[in-house]
Amino acid sequence: MAITVSIPTILRTHTGGNKSVEASGQTLGQVIDDLEGRHSGIKAKLVKEGSLHRFVNIYVNDEDVRFAGGLDAEVKDGDNITILPAVAGGAR
Amino acid sequence: MLVIRRDLVDAMVAHARRDHPDEACGVIAGPEGADQPERFIEMTNAERSPTFYRFDSGEQLRVWRDMDSRDEVPVVIYHSHTATEAYPSRTDISYASEPDAHYVLISTRDPERHELRSYRIVDGVVTEEPVEVVESYMFANTGADDVPNCR
Repeated sequence: MAITVSIPTILRTHTGGNKSVEASGQTLGQVIDDLEGRHSGIKAKLVKEGSLHRFVNIYVNDEDVRFAGGLDAEVKDGDNITILPAVAGGAR
Repeated sequence: MLVIRRDLVDAMVAHARRDHPDEACGVIAGPEGADQPERFIEMTNAERSPTFYRFDSGEQLRVWRDMDSRDEVPVVIYHSHTATEAYPSRTDISYASEPDAHYVLISTRDPERHELRSYRIVDGVVTEEPVEVVESYMFANTGADDVPNCR
């Protein structure tokens, strides 16, 4: 069993249009490295200077990883990872 | 062009007025591929700020999953500016990541008259588009007068 990763529209150019892909790893950071090996260019959209990019939300199962260790968040086979673009902005 | 029902426009403006002076934000979902806003969803501004908004991440996950299960997409993503014009700021542009969405901005700086404008934001490029407010999509004119409407 592997880890399932849901890919948002904006990143599907990296996954050949697929809405979800499989990956493996023991932490979120390892999963992202594994994804990068199969879907080149995706890591730069998710990670900046060693931490999670502010433009994305990543959830392990239902938990926002910002509150669960960030890239060090532990994952295991059968987990679902969801990537969503952060929706934010404002006058300044 | 954004073609949108009047009750949805009214709902966005009412939300923006209610949360003023903080920024209000939300989405209007619609069937994938139809480019037609249907289902109004107010979102919590997790920042509760007059100059910044951010969807609460947990609420966003639930709403996005719900849209996915209904084969919907975010057709409109709206937020308000409470002291400035209804034009995307640099922050708005840097976060814009739905190339198919209409980004609607509502300015509530004038207590009497709101300003509502719509934009496409793709790869950092902002393009304003006309907004056609209709009573019902069934009677909206979707093309030239001599071509039958296909909706």
